[in-house]
Amino acid sequence: MPKYLHIHSDFFASPKKSPIRVGFGTGIVEAGSYDEKVVIACCDLTESTKTDAFARKFPLRFFEIGVAEQNAVGFAAGMAAEGMIPFVTSYAVFCPGRAWDQVRVSVCYSRMNVKIVGSHAGLSVGPDGATHQALEDIATMRVLPHMTVIVPADAGEAHRATIALAQHQGPAYLRLAREATDMIMDESTPFEIGRAIVLREGSDFTLVATGAMVGNALRVAQELDRLGIDSTVVNMHTIKPLDREILQKYAKRGVPLMTIEEHQIYGGLGGAVAEYLSCFYPLPMEIAGVNDSFGESGTPQELWDRYGLGIDTLTQRARALLSRR
Amino acid sequence: MIADSRLHTLREIALTLRQDVITMLLTAGSGHSAGPLGMADVFATLYFHVANVYPENPQHPERDRIVLSNAHIAPILYAALARRGFFPVSELATLRKLDTRLQGHSTPTHGLPGIETSGGPLGQGTSQAVGMAVALRMKQSHSRVYCMTGDGELNEGQCWEAFMLAYKLRLSNLTFCIDRNHIQIDGPTEVVMPLEPLADKLRAFGLAVCECNGHDIPEIISTFERAKENADRPTAIIFHTIPGKGVSFMESDFHWHGIPPNAEQAQRALSELRTLQNQITSEHA
Repeated sequence: MPKYLHIHSDFFASPKKSPIRVGFGTGIVEAGSYDEKVVIACCDLTESTKTDAFARKFPLRFFEIGVAEQNAVGFAAGMAAEGMIPFVTSYAVFCPGRAWDQVRVSVCYSRMNVKIVGSHAGLSVGPDGATHQALEDIATMRVLPHMTVIVPADAGEAHRATIALAQHQGPAYLRLAREATDMIMDESTPFEIGRAIVLREGSDFTLVATGAMVGNALRVAQELDRLGIDSTVVNMHTIKPLDREILQKYAKRGVPLMTIEEHQIYGGLGGAVAEYLSCFYPLPMEIAGVNDSFGESGTPQELWDRYGLGIDTLTQRARALLSRR
Repeated sequence: MIADSRLHTLREIALTLRQDVITMLLTAGSGHSAGPLGMADVFATLYFHVANVYPENPQHPERDRIVLSNAHIAPILYAALARRGFFPVSELATLRKLDTRLQGHSTPTHGLPGIETSGGPLGQGTSQAVGMAVALRMKQSHSRVYCMTGDGELNEGQCWEAFMLAYKLRLSNLTFCIDRNHIQIDGPTEVVMPLEPLADKLRAFGLAVCECNGHDIPEIISTFERAKENADRPTAIIFHTIPGKGVSFMESDFHWHGIPPNAEQAQRALSELRTLQNQITSEHA
């Protein structure tokens, strides 16, 4: 079996970069071409949430709601009640951030087929600072019954996830990021909701990451490899429903596991993985994320380094975890 | 003009719905009294005269959509649906009980026919109604959307966001039905959070505004008809109602907003409502 799976050939040497949100922008145009029921409720962020191409191509299915996220979610629920497939687009801090009750009651409680698209999630928003860096949205969305939560790792996966979500019946949250980050996977990589993707097979250690942190996980695995530690890297693009099968498979090996996410360490990917493993396959584990604090202004790389998500810190934490055994 | 016999029937239905509400709340032991009683005439008129509804096929594509945004008045909706034939009247006795389809706040989730959306947290139905009205227009449907809201509910900013959007999209197929009963949980609306001048505010948000005595059935009918004639914008009907209408000791007392009657109070209420019903019957005889 090859050590790396689905990885772009130039990922380690000279990765192409593209913002994850760009993949949503192309994906929603394609989804809109497949199905004329696909509509967008936009919250005054057309360009930055990458819905401009859709708006040009399908002007009658593009609804500018203005700076009113609660209204946008309710509006989308009403549209879904009539059989449309609405995507509500904003920054994650605003939507779902400001519209949690509407997502809970108007969407999830009635199982309306509404897709919430929260862009600019994570520290990688950068200079806008803490107010605009959503670090709680995975937690607030995955706690809702009937909700599906997807965090693509690169623009290509965001494209595939968007098409998959348009075809998926039920409430969903799609988490996107602003900064141009590495294109990790080749275009033939499959995407199936709820089915995680193994990007590297190794026997000593398991890294489970989501979003842009999947790229960091691969680099951590490369660092560990130099130290003679052979790691598995799992791209957990679906936080809910969690791919328990794949966790079980690697947990059964009994090797330590570390999760990595651009999110609070409480309630996100790490929380979801820990909830499952602690009950069924307890093993030494670390949850790498933002440790119960707000972010601040800075470049994405500076912020990742400051808040413990840089390659060096993550590698150190992995080694510490391995030595804990 | 509505025929006398039809008008008589609608008045009788409204009183029947009021009695249903009292009985339901007594059996449930919790719930809201004032709002459901106050809106009985509007619901009777809407479900039995104005709206296109299909009890035998609740999801009929040509039905008018009735969205209950102030879903705490669900008992009046349930009574209207049951009496209109959407489900057995006997099921009203299950309100708020385990395994019921008649949840404390109305929702389609438990399979009750005739419920379009979930409500409860105030303001949400106003946006849902806008989304439905747009989707119906996209489908070139002739169905109308009626969104029932309270007046205290208008404290929620979401309602005003929805009004702005409804006007922007020129949703002439959408009617907001505001129960202007002047009470909310903590007291009179003008004390808790002043709404006046309400009609002017709604007009300023782009809505066509009609005011209507919410207990005068011919006027309710003609106001709904006028709303249909507004071809370039949504309409808000301000239904001036008396909370607790029909039960003397509940009328206009905000304390009855969120509580049910006890057994003795329910007996008195039912007795008063039956007296009213006998008066109507004898007047018509």
